[in-house]
Amino acid sequence: MATTHVEPKEDVSPVGRAQIINDLSIQVATVNGSGSQTANLVLLRAIFQMGIPVSGKNLFPSNIAGLPTWFTIRASKQGYIARRRDSEYMVAMNPETAEEDVLSLKPGAACVYDERLNLKRLRDDVIFHPVPFDQLVAPVCPDARLRKLVRNMIYDGVLAKLLGIEMEEIHTALQKQFRKKAKAAELNWNAARTGYEFAEKNLVKADPCTLERMNATQGKILIEGNAAIALGSMFAGVTVVTWYPITPSSTVCETLTDYMKRYRIDKETGKATFAIVQAEDELAALGMALGAGWAGARSMTATAGPGISLMAEFTGFGYYVEIPAVIFNIQRVGPSTGLPTRTAQGDIISTALLSHGDTQHPMFLPCSVSECFTMAIDAFDLAEDLQTPVFVMSDLDLGMNTWMSDPFPYPTKPIARGKVLSAEEVRRMGGFERYKDVDGDGIGYRTLPGTPDRLCGWFARGSGHNEKAIYSERPDVYVNNVDRLAHKFETARHKVPGPIITDSEKSEVGIIAYGTSHWAIEESLDQLRREQNIDAGYCRLRAFPFTPEVHDFINRYQRVYVVDQNRDAQMLGLLRLECRAEEIAKLRSVRHYNGMSLDARTVTDEITSQEAAN
Amino acid sequence: MATTTVPSSPPAKTNRVGLEMAHYKGNKSTLCAGCGHNAISERIIEACFEMGVEPHRVAKFSGIGCSSKSPAYFLNSAYGVNAVHGRMPSVATGALLANRHLIALGVSGDGDTASIGIGQFVHLMRRNLPIIYIIEDNGCYGLTKGQFSATADVGSKLKTGVVNDLPPIDTCALAIQLGATYVARSFSGDKRQLLALVKGALAHNGTAMLDVISPCVTFNDHEGSTKSYSYVKDHDEPVADVSFVPFFEDISVDYDPGTTTSITMHDGSHVLLRKLATDYDPTNKGAALRLLTESHDQGEIVTGLFYVDPQRPNFIDLLNVMEEPLATLAESKVRPPKEVLDQVMQSLM
Repeated sequence: MATTHVEPKEDVSPVGRAQIINDLSIQVATVNGSGSQTANLVLLRAIFQMGIPVSGKNLFPSNIAGLPTWFTIRASKQGYIARRRDSEYMVAMNPETAEEDVLSLKPGAACVYDERLNLKRLRDDVIFHPVPFDQLVAPVCPDARLRKLVRNMIYDGVLAKLLGIEMEEIHTALQKQFRKKAKAAELNWNAARTGYEFAEKNLVKADPCTLERMNATQGKILIEGNAAIALGSMFAGVTVVTWYPITPSSTVCETLTDYMKRYRIDKETGKATFAIVQAEDELAALGMALGAGWAGARSMTATAGPGISLMAEFTGFGYYVEIPAVIFNIQRVGPSTGLPTRTAQGDIISTALLSHGDTQHPMFLPCSVSECFTMAIDAFDLAEDLQTPVFVMSDLDLGMNTWMSDPFPYPTKPIARGKVLSAEEVRRMGGFERYKDVDGDGIGYRTLPGTPDRLCGWFARGSGHNEKAIYSERPDVYVNNVDRLAHKFETARHKVPGPIITDSEKSEVGIIAYGTSHWAIEESLDQLRREQNIDAGYCRLRAFPFTPEVHDFINRYQRVYVVDQNRDAQMLGLLRLECRAEEIAKLRSVRHYNGMSLDARTVTDEITSQEAAN
Repeated sequence: MATTTVPSSPPAKTNRVGLEMAHYKGNKSTLCAGCGHNAISERIIEACFEMGVEPHRVAKFSGIGCSSKSPAYFLNSAYGVNAVHGRMPSVATGALLANRHLIALGVSGDGDTASIGIGQFVHLMRRNLPIIYIIEDNGCYGLTKGQFSATADVGSKLKTGVVNDLPPIDTCALAIQLGATYVARSFSGDKRQLLALVKGALAHNGTAMLDVISPCVTFNDHEGSTKSYSYVKDHDEPVADVSFVPFFEDISVDYDPGTTTSITMHDGSHVLLRKLATDYDPTNKGAALRLLTESHDQGEIVTGLFYVDPQRPNFIDLLNVMEEPLATLAESKVRPPKEVLDQVMQSLM
């Protein structure tokens, strides 16, 4: 192969190694609180601007400053955006982890590192690029206090040179990142250029990876899942937002606050068309959301596992009193405090059945930032339609990482507020019965407090009540009521989104997955085809309760692997609750629960091994 | 009677919104006969009737316990939520965020407020949400058969002989310290004072916290209890005589400015406080807290309006939300146009 990408003074020969274009993973190891997030996002964005499909994963500690953090950037011309276990490039900036980071590299990988760390001694099968960061940053950044924040930008320049990232795109990305802070942008730009010039003069490229402009990101956006939920909620017409800070959900309501202040102030009056309240805890957050839902607002809260636990009692109250609210659960690793900054699909069972007594709740299962947006809108409609709390199950990986996406579609359906009666309607009917199943779908009619007629008033209570919402402990009344709620859940089954299914005519193997696992599954399907000649069918769940298509899918295959990012195979557990015995017999489990986002290799290896044992 | 004429009953009295007292009634109480809570329900009914409150605007809230059952026993045609234990404040907060025109009337108990509910109570007080929050305070858990609550006094004795040795939480002192703007204590047996205080609360635009000592006739009305009818009657020390003149009545009421303080409420009504034994200024936070501490130390149950600030902005005002209820805003107000989404998408490219 022609070596146009190789410097003439190269000392490690790339002979025998084909050039690898637009297919690499870069891992950056830094200390958190050192401004590395900016350098990493600029890098990510620059690659994106070059038209190369890219994804970024931030692996950070539960800490504000001083602990190790890793950022992985994956560029893939095939469009794979799941995490990969190994990397072609390492940037080692953290003295605490540098040795371990280098020892974990695969042979032939390249390592850009802070010269002082003296890593070269550790291995001879890794291409080392020492960079004197402190020496380089001093002339660029005269203010010593700012150097810590600026020095990371130097590796952007070094990588740009080594990998062929266009400096103009680094510049554009910097402008975007710093928007109005021109001084900071300038300072960082100088640092990046310094890195580039240093690499040009001193470093010799010896690895086969390069990045070349392509055209696969035109018209696409970069956004975090939590911001996508915020946008979805704003366009859903949310009016009351009550929340309590918890990682990884906090940025849902923080971003939403920013957007609402910008786009939801009434032009005529200058007043807010919304109320956002940071509550004293998660119990109050959901209590407020339910109070608002009872009074007719589109209300929401966002939380994570420990918050879900605290919301258990109020969720049962909302279910039994029949009050709409949307709860975004950005899942993380439990139990207890668990690993608060690591990802998991940890609350599938606890959320589906949250609270005491017989309770069950609809859940949306977004896999992408685009679905975070559309499902947020659908969740508000469904909550008011069904008059019940509805959950949207995102996770840390989706919520806090930056994802590439097509622009979000503007909602085409008008906002649906469900069965709400006006005073005129109630007068015409001579009254109403709050919990009577008039339409046979299990959903009663409600009035909103303030509706001006004495026939409209009713008393909501979590204790036993009859169709007129009057206190009752009668056995038959109780059974009628909870049976109607079960019937309402059957109505929900026909209103939630069905799975996305790709069938295979050739194989006995099916895969069921949901949420962020999707991105690893897409890649794993290719790996299984290529490596094992298994052309598996794929059913991506988008909601609970399960729709009939899920059962049809299971019936079409002999062995169905259910992929869960939790220890206890929670989605498999939910499927067991709803499946017939012959369906259950087909279900196998693939589990991943180490806090890292799921990678394709884990799925491929596990299915391969289970198939071999079959 | 000798005559054959059928006596025509006098027309029922109607209030300023054209409703009769009957419109303010609730279901038949299922609480014990003689329970102080029933007397409080009656005062709420009278106050709402006499003030001409429109029942459809009232949102009743309660938690769990005997006290929290009582909203079913007044204002039947209003709306209501009997929420979960100790967490009614959050539900009421949400409802007022959704519709700021609701008149929020919360009824809680001493357990529901001072024990399980203390967390939400303190945050409600500091937000100064426009709500009337009544604690029906009997110093014990009635519905679970008489265990002590956190407002029970040191040395107070249960029927079983168990003596309480932990100090009580003074909900009034807490409320004042935290930012509630109308704080009073009363006694369910003092009809006149309680009615005036409930009316004053209805005229207030902020958190009106009323701790009403309301004896539990079944579990805490015996000798050795400090929340029994006889004990409270013997130790009740009103700080001032309270009366109320609503905004729709002649405000040129005769009172002696030397002995009576008039407080102008948010809606233009007046609360009149006639001096009793000593001078008392209900707009002075420090004085209020001192009074509560000193009277407690002397074993007195001081009642009356301790603190009032009709001016402080309430929570809803602070949020700068629209006048129109957020709950029913039109789609055009709550869903930004497509251009906004396009603009946001462009910024993310």
